[in-house]
Amino acid sequence: MILEAQGVTVRYRRSQPAALDGVSCQVSGSELVAVVGPNGSGKTTLVRALLGLVPLESGSVTVDERPVDSWPRRSLAQVVGVVGQQEEAVFPLSVAETVMLGRYARLGPLSAPGAADRAAVQRALERCDIVGLAQRPIDTLSGGEWKRVRVARALAQEPRALVLDEPTASLDVRHEMELFELIRQLVDAGLAGLVITHHLNLAARFAHRIVLLDRGAVVATGTPLEVLRRETLSRVFEWPVAVTTWSDGSPQVVPLRAGEVTTSRGGSP
Amino acid sequence: MRPFRLGLLGAAVIASLLLGLSAGAVALPLGEVWAGLWHADAAGAAIVRDLRAPRVILAFMVGGSLGICGAALQAMIRNPLAEPYLLGLSSGAGLGAVIAIASRAGSPWAIPAAAFAGALCAVALVYRLSLVSGRRLDPHVLLLSGVVVGSFAGALMSAIMVLSDAPGVRNAFLWLLGGFGTASWQALAVFTAYASVPLALLVYHARSLDLIALGDEPAHHLGAEVDRIRRMVYLCTALLTAASVATCGIIGFVGLVVPHAVRTIFRPLHRTLLPLVFLVGGCFLVLADVVARIAVRPLELPVGVITALIGVPLFALLLRRTLA
Repeated sequence: MILEAQGVTVRYRRSQPAALDGVSCQVSGSELVAVVGPNGSGKTTLVRALLGLVPLESGSVTVDERPVDSWPRRSLAQVVGVVGQQEEAVFPLSVAETVMLGRYARLGPLSAPGAADRAAVQRALERCDIVGLAQRPIDTLSGGEWKRVRVARALAQEPRALVLDEPTASLDVRHEMELFELIRQLVDAGLAGLVITHHLNLAARFAHRIVLLDRGAVVATGTPLEVLRRETLSRVFEWPVAVTTWSDGSPQVVPLRAGEVTTSRGGSP
Repeated sequence: MRPFRLGLLGAAVIASLLLGLSAGAVALPLGEVWAGLWHADAAGAAIVRDLRAPRVILAFMVGGSLGICGAALQAMIRNPLAEPYLLGLSSGAGLGAVIAIASRAGSPWAIPAAAFAGALCAVALVYRLSLVSGRRLDPHVLLLSGVVVGSFAGALMSAIMVLSDAPGVRNAFLWLLGGFGTASWQALAVFTAYASVPLALLVYHARSLDLIALGDEPAHHLGAEVDRIRRMVYLCTALLTAASVATCGIIGFVGLVVPHAVRTIFRPLHRTLLPLVFLVGGCFLVLADVVARIAVRPLELPVGVITALIGVPLFALLLRRTLA
């Protein structure tokens, strides 16, 4: 198990309800886990807890079987690569320089990048299909290109787990699909993947397992077929949905219009 | 980096140093400067060796240090407008130094220590004022807090200078405007002793600054110990600013102008940026000091006036750009 949370409770302020309440979640190699849930359900807090960035009220988080707070950040960055929700460059570097920042955890303070570092960066650029952008300043990139650059930077860390927080927010269909295809390829090649997403249908098609959060607690966890059920989703998202089945067997969620009634084809699997 | 640009920079460093040695109330031709440097009995030797050489080297060191302070603070708060003067560090250091002088603890070695305490208090106060809802740092509020804390420290300095009867305080007003008129080998030694460790530490952590400039969470994810690096940067910039203020008064905008120029031309990572900023900052302040010496000869303008005349328009331009 590379990432594991056991009964994690996080509370930002004493007077407020818990942002996470007894949440458990595991991710191992060659497995893609999607965390879904309404806004404010605790998805990003779960990522922050898994990375040791918020204090836990109770429960435990381990990375590679070791408590996350016992990891020096430099060592942790060699195991877990993260693509956060948003990032804005104030001082624009080139794409190649930005991806090379992924090698920070493996470089000494004064040492210049060596052949292994350059090779890792080149591999990351190739995997994300951005070799042609290597010399471009990052403030000239489109939203989709910038996302790929950040994924490449995380890959340059040569991690064993990749955590992505809403990686396809503000991307069009093509870029969305390209990114999920890339993530799935990386996971099939051995990485552990954890994706926070609002796209239930993409989670259903690409993830091995889904964790559904609501108000800081796990409502359902299991395969997409087990989690994406009409009654559960309608209750959690407070909006009626129908769930159909795509030709590959994955459930697909269709939000209903007000007053719309599901047909037999649109029923729960 | 292109060798041509590096060569140009090297030439600029040498030219600015020679110009600094040659210009002044008594203009010395370059031949006399050269002779004075190598032969103790040459005509201009006393002026070159005892007056101008420590002044030029001190200006170069202070300019480089303030430039590095600006670059590090800009990475830290992710805002190209950050620099020691605008963040209130310089005024805090000035207040510390004035208090030391007024309490007659004004030895050359004690003043930088008092200035360091003042700069640390100022940066802590600015930081505390800038935390939105008690935890998130807003770069724009930070700059505003810096201006407010700087003004408050300035007011206290004025009050102390008016009220104190300590002998050194009467000269403090001129000294605070910033200048190298009192530069000496001893002042250079004091500055170097205080500045060398923070300079080395900041250059050593240059790669961490690349990460910090991305924001706290990306920096964490890439392996930086953000809190430790932040404390180190605040301590080092406070110490460098204190050493500068204690030896040559408050000189603003070097930390704004120089990193901006270097980033625009070279777009480098901090590992290259910091040494470049040191060299360019050194040249910039040496040349500003030359202008201060010759603009209204035989009078001398405070060098802080020259840097402000260049820095304020650039600040306005950058402000428009960051708010756009």
